[in-house]
Amino acid sequence: MLTYLRKRIISSALPLVVVVIGVFALARMTGNPAALYLPLNATEAMREDFAARNGLDQPIWAQMAQYFGGLLRLDFGASMRTGEDAAAMALRAFPATLQLAAMTMLLAIVLAVVVGSIAALKPNGLLDRFASFTSMIAASIPDFWLAIVGIWVFAISLGWVPTSGVVGAAAWFLPVATLLMRPFGTLVQVIRGAMVSALSEPYIKLARSKGATQRRVIASHALRNAAAPALTVAGDLTVGLVNGAVVVETIFGWPGIGKLMIDSILQRDFAVLQACVLLTAVAIFALNILIDLGYALLDPRVRPSAGKRARRSARRDASRHRPSQPAPAVAAERADATEHELTRSLP
Amino acid sequence: MTQTMNPQGPQAEEPHAKQPRTKLARGSKPSMLNLLLRDKVATVAAVVLAVVALTAIFGPPLMGELATKQDLMFMNKPPFDPANGWAYILGSDSLGRSVLARIVVATRTTMMVAVPAVAIALLIGSLWGVWAGYHRGRRETVSMRIADVIMSFPSLLLAVVVLFVFSPSAANIVLILAITRIPIYLRTARAEAAELQSRTFVDAARTFGTKPNAIIARHVIPVVTPTLLTLATLEFCFVMLAESSLSFLGIGIQPPEVSWGLLVAQGRQYLQTAWWLSILPGLAIVITAVAANALAAWLRIATDPAQRWRLTLDKRSAKALKTIVKDAK
Repeated sequence: MLTYLRKRIISSALPLVVVVIGVFALARMTGNPAALYLPLNATEAMREDFAARNGLDQPIWAQMAQYFGGLLRLDFGASMRTGEDAAAMALRAFPATLQLAAMTMLLAIVLAVVVGSIAALKPNGLLDRFASFTSMIAASIPDFWLAIVGIWVFAISLGWVPTSGVVGAAAWFLPVATLLMRPFGTLVQVIRGAMVSALSEPYIKLARSKGATQRRVIASHALRNAAAPALTVAGDLTVGLVNGAVVVETIFGWPGIGKLMIDSILQRDFAVLQACVLLTAVAIFALNILIDLGYALLDPRVRPSAGKRARRSARRDASRHRPSQPAPAVAAERADATEHELTRSLP
Repeated sequence: MTQTMNPQGPQAEEPHAKQPRTKLARGSKPSMLNLLLRDKVATVAAVVLAVVALTAIFGPPLMGELATKQDLMFMNKPPFDPANGWAYILGSDSLGRSVLARIVVATRTTMMVAVPAVAIALLIGSLWGVWAGYHRGRRETVSMRIADVIMSFPSLLLAVVVLFVFSPSAANIVLILAITRIPIYLRTARAEAAELQSRTFVDAARTFGTKPNAIIARHVIPVVTPTLLTLATLEFCFVMLAESSLSFLGIGIQPPEVSWGLLVAQGRQYLQTAWWLSILPGLAIVITAVAANALAAWLRIATDPAQRWRLTLDKRSAKALKTIVKDAK
């Protein structure tokens, strides 16, 4: 298990480093901050002085070496806007986003499990078709538009909730409801599919023949087996939630990391942007590790040695792939990857 | 919304024209078109997408002038009021421009971003993935690592940063959306090809001395194409939403050009006085996205030989077929 974890950490750390270097380089190309921070009539000497003070006069590799040196000492640089420590700014904004994301995913998962399980009980029944159609619409509504519709209906027309801000429970309603839609819609589809195939497995028949109640069959036999694919997709959806957070935080004035990122791009505040990106990347990295651990806990058949992708698959396809497949491991991988890409309508 | 446009005429006729053939094909192996007509939801989705495509092609030449014509007599007219004439059926903005015409013109911009982005990502991603999956080994590992790197970061954020560096033109949006979506096709194509390359028919071709590239072209690509096309339909929905989000944030399509997302953004400040300015263009996005999603769900079953029977047998389809046959008589 530890070897497996170590392997996973090493292979997930590579994207982390690439993203940080990439954003560092890209941020430097967005234009000269001197143009934004100094008055229009600033002299050449003033501009040079500004560049020298912020280390912008050095070649990009020297800046990068300095930056990474600072990272090792946990020094993320200071904001050019406020002079404040960039890491402190990012860390202060982070909990707001984290609360929003956690609340959203929790609600999405609970609702999707309930709706998906009910829909799977009678495949192609009236409830199932209704759930499928609703979830499809929920998964394809653009979040910024939904946010605007929400403001129009609930804040302007009805006046029930404030249009922005974080004070009080009412302020949570619109942002969470907006962010909720896509994860909910996608998860319902995934859980429904996994439950339909789990409910047709022999072990369900066995459980029923032993006299297990309907509730027990669904909760402890079918759902546990359907949980694994849902977990994978939920992880991806959480990464995608950052996309939504940028939009939703901008619209609702939510003081989270998405808004801070957009603001620091617009203000050419490199240090803050990098701190935000690094923090997001680390959070995603930690999330991936947690999902892998959860996956191993849920499914004892997942062999740590089975390699990265096969690990996430192994189970689902046993009943699914074509009869004439020679290499089960590869076939499993294929079925999984295809299934996976097709069930997600998210990055 | 856009469906009420004039191109609907020829499109609406199409299903009727095909009905006799549906009848003839009964009993034999059903063609894709017949399968499509048997599923009401999928048919409606296909018609909606066709109307959107026709609007994008023929709409701007017909309504371009109307979209920029300012008329102070028709300021902030509410929608669905026939008294204002059909051009203002969806209302008008604060400069008296027809919302309907602006949505039609924006359709082309939106499609000009979404379609090429999907096509480029599909082409590069699937060829690369098939190549990596067929050869396996180091080529596969390196490709998958690259895909992991791109996928490990929220694509919208990458697009935001990149578009801020390079000016936000339509070409740059297409490029960045294509690059961030390549890994999706890459992963799927690789997984499919990795499985195919150990099958007997590929082995046979190899034994006869066929070159790898020829095997990929003749034996691997035809098998993976349906899956990848289904994925592309789904991706069309995502790319369209991504473009809209970018335009909404102000780093996508720039005015005076208009796209659906930009219309929503521009209408946002008039939300209190003229709700239709941002709600209606958003509705166009939703309808198109839902149609693409529904068509993808249908394609997924229809292109899978193991599942296709579901479409020919289930109760709802049988009923739909019955009504089609009855109508044809």
